[in-house]
Amino acid sequence: MTRLTRLLAIAAFAALGAVGAPLMPLAPMAEAQQVNPTAESVTEDKLFQALRGDQMIEGRASIPDPKAPGLIKPGNKGWADTHTGTIRALTVWTMIGMVALLGIFYAYRGRIRIDAGPSGRTIKRFGGVERFAHWLMAVSFILLALTGLNLVLGRSVLLPMIGEGAFGALSASGKIVHNYMGWAFMLGLALAFVVWVGRNLPKAHDLTWIAMGGGLFKKGVHPPAGKFNAGQKLIFWSVVVGGAALSFTGVMLLFPVLAGTQADWQLYQLIHGIAAALLTAVILAHIYIGSIGMEGAFDAMGSGEVDLNWAREHHSLWVEEVEGKSAGSQGGGRVAPAE
Amino acid sequence: MARMKFLCDADRCIECNACVTACKNEHEVPWGINRRRVVTINDGLPGERSVSMACMHCTDAPCAAVCPVECFYTTADGVVLHSKDTCIGCGYCFYACPFGAPQYPKVGNFGTRGKMDKCTYCAGGPDQDMAEAEYVKYGSNRLAEGKLPLCAEMCSTKALLAGDGDIIADIYRERVVTRGYGSGAWGWRTAYGDTITV
Repeated sequence: MTRLTRLLAIAAFAALGAVGAPLMPLAPMAEAQQVNPTAESVTEDKLFQALRGDQMIEGRASIPDPKAPGLIKPGNKGWADTHTGTIRALTVWTMIGMVALLGIFYAYRGRIRIDAGPSGRTIKRFGGVERFAHWLMAVSFILLALTGLNLVLGRSVLLPMIGEGAFGALSASGKIVHNYMGWAFMLGLALAFVVWVGRNLPKAHDLTWIAMGGGLFKKGVHPPAGKFNAGQKLIFWSVVVGGAALSFTGVMLLFPVLAGTQADWQLYQLIHGIAAALLTAVILAHIYIGSIGMEGAFDAMGSGEVDLNWAREHHSLWVEEVEGKSAGSQGGGRVAPAE
Repeated sequence: MARMKFLCDADRCIECNACVTACKNEHEVPWGINRRRVVTINDGLPGERSVSMACMHCTDAPCAAVCPVECFYTTADGVVLHSKDTCIGCGYCFYACPFGAPQYPKVGNFGTRGKMDKCTYCAGGPDQDMAEAEYVKYGSNRLAEGKLPLCAEMCSTKALLAGDGDIIADIYRERVVTRGYGSGAWGWRTAYGDTITV
């Protein structure tokens, strides 16, 4: 007999003692032999009254399955309601909301051009390791997001479109993709954290950047920024925190034995769903600004070389730093710096 | 059409586990899975009771609500069935089920969940009634043969009742009135939103 059952039994007896004492004398443990078979201590009603929150009525089963002794857990319906209600709504509205916001922003601002025009000269922004980490995360995240989205919205969107057979096969392979791509994502996340964390620590000039709205809303406004501006730092930390939450809960969902009980799985699933919806919205904005939203931005992760004028406008402090360094190294000892 | 339900009279169940065994045998249930189980509460204490529990075939089944691939359906008899061809073994129905009914065979090296398996009320699945394919996936289809679930049919004390909800509720009510006590229709409130009042 488990501890919970014992507690429940005691709670049920205690509740009866308070409520039903005048009606039904309770046999103490010592007088177990004379117990009245009509004892109401085991009616479902009484046990339900003793149940609190997310508990379950539990007993002993002779089946060697740790889950078998659980009898009734009405609280599970609560998880079902949250999953089909809150999570689904959150997913739909963050996606629609972000796409709408980006649409409005594009209509208002259009594509952000390089104000000074392309210079034709480029400067190295991201090396091979950085781009590998980024694209490993990017590809795995997109596959994870699509297959994950299918689990939340597929049955109401895709199923009516392609029919049960195709949808079943697609979802089954989607689940396998999701399970395996998680590992690629975790590797990319760890790699990206190591190569970029030093550049993403908050600095004083990040406040100026945020105060000026990053210069996003007005042509010709370019607040100073290092290798990563405050917006990119926010994305970095969203990915790190959200990605870590998704990774941990994902592994727990993948190996239920590690996670513990049903209540733990439900909690991890909820965290996973909420983090996925929020991070996907952030990433949508990131994809927008890195592709159609801004001229010259894609090259940073494409070839790794960005136009010098683009770099001067968006990452002025970083350009000064790089140019200072390269001038210093080229000059190496021959020319004394002007005092 | 009848609305099929299960009712376990805990004052009669003697925890012989014959329902568990009969079910496993009738349906050739996969290794490690028990579609039905007997749970004893207050074991060794005054007022010990045993309840045989399986899928209760809920009204507005939560498993069906959370299934991402919508593989569940409710038959005209009120039996909740699922398609193993569509199931992806995500585990959500187990998270949602108040009775711990859905179970998954362990497939692969990492204990990945296979296709979900649960009590079918001896009514098979979406495949053609009594076809070999249906038997392999879901077990026998006694309902199609005009028979009730085997677990209830062979229960030695007639603790476990299966059949139309109104009829088995009447039988239970009569018992409670005759003997003067009853532990209640376990799971009814959770599964069907009402319970049997005497």
